[in-house]
Parts: sequence; C-alpha cells; structure tokens
Amino acid sequence: MKAAKRAKTKTPASGHRASFGGLVASGDVRLVDLTQTLSPDFPAIVLPPEMGQCRPFRSEEISRYDDRGSGWYWNNVSFGEHTGTHFDAPIHWISGRDRPNNSVDTVPIEHFIAPANVIDCCAEATTDADFLLTVGHVKAFEKRHGRIAAGSWVLMRTDWSKRADAVAYQNLDDTGQHTPGPDADCVRFLVNERDVLGFGTETIGTDAGQAAHFTPPYPCHYYMHGAGKYGLQCLCNLDRLPATGALIVAAPLKILEGSGSPLRVFAIVPAPALRQSSR
Amino acid sequence: MGQPAKRPKRKNPLLRTRLPTLPPGARSRVALGLTAAAARGRLELQVCLDCGAVQYPPREVCSACLSHRLAWRPQDGRGELIAETTLRSAQELFFRERLPWRVGIVRLDTGVNVIAFVHEKVGVAPCRVRVEAALDRATQAVLVAVPDQGRTAMSDDPKLREMTCDPRSRKILVTDGKSVVGQAVARALSAAGADLIWIGEAEPWKKMPGFEALCALPQAVTIPLDVTDSRSVRELAGEIGGKVDIVVNTADCHRTFTIASRRGVETAQLEMEVNYFGLLRLAQEFAPVLRARAADGAANAIAWVNVLSIFALANYPPHGTYSASKAAALSLSQALRAELRPAGVRVINLFPGPIDDDWDQLELPPKLSPTAVARAVVEALKGSVEDVYPGDVAQDWLARHLENPKALERELGGKAL
Repeated sequence: MKAAKRAKTKTPASGHRASFGGLVASGDVRLVDLTQTLSPDFPAIVLPPEMGQCRPFRSEEISRYDDRGSGWYWNNVSFGEHTGTHFDAPIHWISGRDRPNNSVDTVPIEHFIAPANVIDCCAEATTDADFLLTVGHVKAFEKRHGRIAAGSWVLMRTDWSKRADAVAYQNLDDTGQHTPGPDADCVRFLVNERDVLGFGTETIGTDAGQAAHFTPPYPCHYYMHGAGKYGLQCLCNLDRLPATGALIVAAPLKILEGSGSPLRVFAIVPAPALRQSSR
Repeated sequence: MGQPAKRPKRKNPLLRTRLPTLPPGARSRVALGLTAAAARGRLELQVCLDCGAVQYPPREVCSACLSHRLAWRPQDGRGELIAETTLRSAQELFFRERLPWRVGIVRLDTGVNVIAFVHEKVGVAPCRVRVEAALDRATQAVLVAVPDQGRTAMSDDPKLREMTCDPRSRKILVTDGKSVVGQAVARALSAAGADLIWIGEAEPWKKMPGFEALCALPQAVTIPLDVTDSRSVRELAGEIGGKVDIVVNTADCHRTFTIASRRGVETAQLEMEVNYFGLLRLAQEFAPVLRARAADGAANAIAWVNVLSIFALANYPPHGTYSASKAAALSLSQALRAELRPAGVRVINLFPGPIDDDWDQLELPPKLSPTAVARAVVEALKGSVEDVYPGDVAQDWLARHLENPKALERELGGKAL
C-alpha cells in the first residue's frame, strides 16, 4: 500500500538518481561482464580424490512445459561455494577463521563496489605458465599508473580465461597444476603495505597452480584471508579494463556462514577507458 | 586380437524396424528355480532329499515318492540325444520368425528325460551330448544340447547366438574408460571383436595413466561422458543412442569410508551420484532407444552390463557408504531389467570382490585384477547369464549369502571393529 501511494506521488528524481541512471543510458560509462558462464563443463578445482571435493556445477530440470509442470521451465542447481567465477571470503582459509565479518553473509556491503587495479601479466604468463607476480612487478605497475589505493582490488590479468579448452585452462600434468599467481612476498606487500581489498585472477585459484609447495602453502589465501581480504577467481574480460579507473561490482550470495560463492562480477568503466578485447 | 568381425549388412531404411518378439516367458514359481540357476550359468535340477530321484520338469513334489523335500542341485548335464526333430511351423511369433528350429529329447545319465534345443554342431541322434542351461531372450531358462566333447560356444550356432550377447561385431558403449577396470574392459571388448567401442571420458583435464593408449585400439573412440551430469548423458544419448548395441556401465566411484570415518555426506553423495544416479541417468536416456532397436536385424540392441560389487549383496562396513551406493545400484538394475525384459534386452550384473586397484589397496588378497574383471564381462556377454560373481571372494560371499544372509552380515560387521 505504502509503495503504491509513493509511486503515485510524483516527486522529481533526485540529482544523484538522475546522474546514475543517465550514466549508463548515455553511454558515458560502460559495463563489462567479468563472469564465466556457470556450466557443468567448466572445471572445478582438482584435489587428491580422497579429500573432500568441491562439487561442480550441475543442473537438474524440475519441469519444462511438460507433465512435471505444464506451463513453466525451471531447474534445481547445485554447486560448491567455489565454483565458476567466485568470491572467496576470509573464513575460507584457516588464517581468516577468527576475523570479524569473515563469511559472505556478514561481509560489509560497502566492499561490494571497489576500484580495480589491473596488472597486465599476459606476456609473462604466455611464456611461463608458472609465472609469479612479484613486488617488483607491482612497483613497476605503480610507477606507470600510480600507487595502489587502500581498499581497492588488485586483479592479475593473464588472459588465462581465453583458454576455452578446459584441459588447457586447468593445465595439469603429473606434478599438478601449472597456472600463474602471486608469490608470497608480493601478497605480503599488497596486504601490509597497500591494504588492498583483495586479489583477483582469471585462473581457478588466487594462488599459483604450484602454490601448495610455497612457503607458506597457498600464500595468497593465507595472507589475504588472514588479514580479512577477499579473493575473486575465474574472472574473464580483464583485457577490456583500463589499468586503473574501473569499478568492480562483486556481491556474493548471502549464504549463512558461506566461505564464498559464485557470483556475477562486472566492471563499471568510463567509456573512453574501455578497451577492445585483446583477441 | 582386436579384429572386428564382418560387419552386418547396413539396414534398408525403407523397411520398418522390426519389433521384438519373445519366446513364451510364463513359468511357475517352482520352475523359476531352473531360471535362478541358469542366471548364474548353472544347470540345476530338483533332487529328492528322501528317495534321491532327479526330476524334470520341476514340480511341487517328487514324482517318484511324492515327497515335498526337493532341493535344486547342480548337474553335469551329460546324456544321450535319443530323438530329435526340426520344427517347421510354429504358432509362437518368436519361433515363427526363426524357423526351422532343432529340438530333441536328451536322456541324462541321471535317468531323466529333458527337452532341449539342439546345437547345430551336434550330430544325428542317437549321440552323446552335454545339456547346458541358458537364458532365452525372455531371460527364462531353456536347455541346450551341445556336443559332449570339446568346448562349443553357443554363439557358433546362428539361432542359439541369440541366447548370448556376444560382443563380436557389436557397437558398445563403455561409460567410463578412465578407471583401470574401464580400460581393461575396453581392451577386452576390442580383443573380443567388437565393431566399435565408445569410451566415456569425464573431466578431460584429469589425465589418467593408460587412457590415451586406449585410442590406439582399432575400434575405440573416446567421447565426453560424465554420468553425474544429466546434460552430458542426454547429449551423448542423442548423439549415439540409436547406434549402441551394448552398454557396459563401468562408471564407479569407490571411496573407503565407514560411517564414522568421514564426517558429513558429501563423499557419500558423490558415490551415489556416480553409482546410483549415474545408472539412473544412463537408464533414462539409453534404455528407451535400446528397447526400440531390440529387433533391429543382426545389429540390434542386445545387452546392458553393470559392474556392481559383491558389497552390493551385503554391506562391507569398512567401505560402508560405497556398499550402500552399490546396493542402490543393484536395486535399480532390477527395475531396469524389468523394463528391458519385454524387449529381450538382457541386463547383466557383475559382482566382483575386491579389485587390485587404488581403492582396495588395503584389502588382503585374493584380489581380482582389472583384466580378470574385464574377462568376466566378455565371458558373461559370450555366455548366457544374468548374474556373475567373478573370483574367489565373490563366490565365497555369494555362497555364504545364499546360505544365511544374517550370518554374513554379522561376519562382515566384525571386520569394521
């Protein structure tokens, strides 16, 4: 009733509403989808088979305009919290288990929109699947694009998401996975010296494929989550983002005590800064 | 090795695909004793516990002394073909489509006369023969007289070949080729002369040793198939369903947990997803098209094989949740049998004991090699059976189960402590 009444009362739109609405419609800002499609064929993280496993995305039809429900189509879906393009909350790692507001249902909503720093590592990752991002690379980025602001995302662009073949995307051999990621010093620097919001990658983990053998193991998970920071994985279209200036919208599902969740991630980019896809 | 048999001639698409007909399938409850033994590849007849008489056909009481104390006992089947005839007309549609048909009377050495189908390799009566029990396309027991010397395959007789599901020149789907058992099964089917073997591959990014070498088999084609993914099963059935003659379901998820040794249900759910729901998904997508092609000439849909486990009969508590998932699969396979039987498509269940693989690592020998499991699959298809218990452990458990299921439950329960 209240809502109906309000709708009838014609009040002029506030200046903010007008500017937000107009921005997208006018084309002054553009939206870029950074999300992979949730599909049964998209690979999930590989762990030794005796361990607990992240369930891959699955979809079972409830009805499709048929005897199970004549006029409608819908599915039951199931997946692990860390499936497809997904968000890692601090509680995901043992180092972050005692942080306040550490699960997806309690993460402050203000963190769902934040600026992005996109570090281009394509050349390095193309020649070396085990490429590691170092403090030196980050400082070189800052020299060109300015200091990484506190509370912003650092996204590692590798064009790994362009590997449409799941075998190449996983890049496993008999010594495990070979995908790029940050080294331990780099993560410590981003956490302690720059106080970033979190770290995002195009690969299945925020850590490198071989990070189980690092000290500490999985340093990006260990230090980021230990400091209450977040992770974003399986991102795509990072090649369309400027090095700085994009806003990332990443709002995980509100799952009770959830350690993460698949989500729709997109970037808000000033139109002049939008790049063409690299391939 | 690996040489496909001569392909059946391609079908004429102008002609209607024939519908399956079945031999008469009605049996009394007591006569099903013959079928129960035949399902395991055995010839058993009723023996009177009071006077010792062997009798055929099965009856409620002993025909010699009227005692009701009758027991089914294995027979060696040796005897003499004393008379034979060749049917040239028949009212039953099944036989009408297959005339002429050779039938005879065999006097077994135990003194009973039985009526048996006569293998074309058997000479003219009178002559010595051996009577075997077989399952006809209605999966009911029939008796077949074969030469008493040497080994005669039922499938050497073109008429009796229908009592078997011989993989020679067949198109076969092996649902999971990544496991050691799946690989061995694909190899064995290749050696047995299959025409084409589709080998399912789930999660292609996980390279399993030996899998790539399967591609070198002359008849092998690897195809994406993940039985935990309904879409994947549906798409494959759409693609090749109309070509598959035999499904061999090797997809298996074996974890080795007790109820207490694994918190939560996630691992047990994965076992059920593969072992139970995987079979259900395959059955829903492939069974209808197998039924439709059950009489499609010489290249017809003919069989479905499930690699179950002896743990399906009685729970092995150290592998408690796995056993439960295999028991669920066993139960579902019975439903599948009931749905495929009217078309004459046979469902064969294998119940191997512990297999010499990673998951049974801590089980003591004797363990079945994957090759032995594969051999059992091929032999089951070449033979005329429904249930196969390969290996010493499976045979031992089966005997104990048949004798006293409660005792077996207790004996197995002791091992978990």
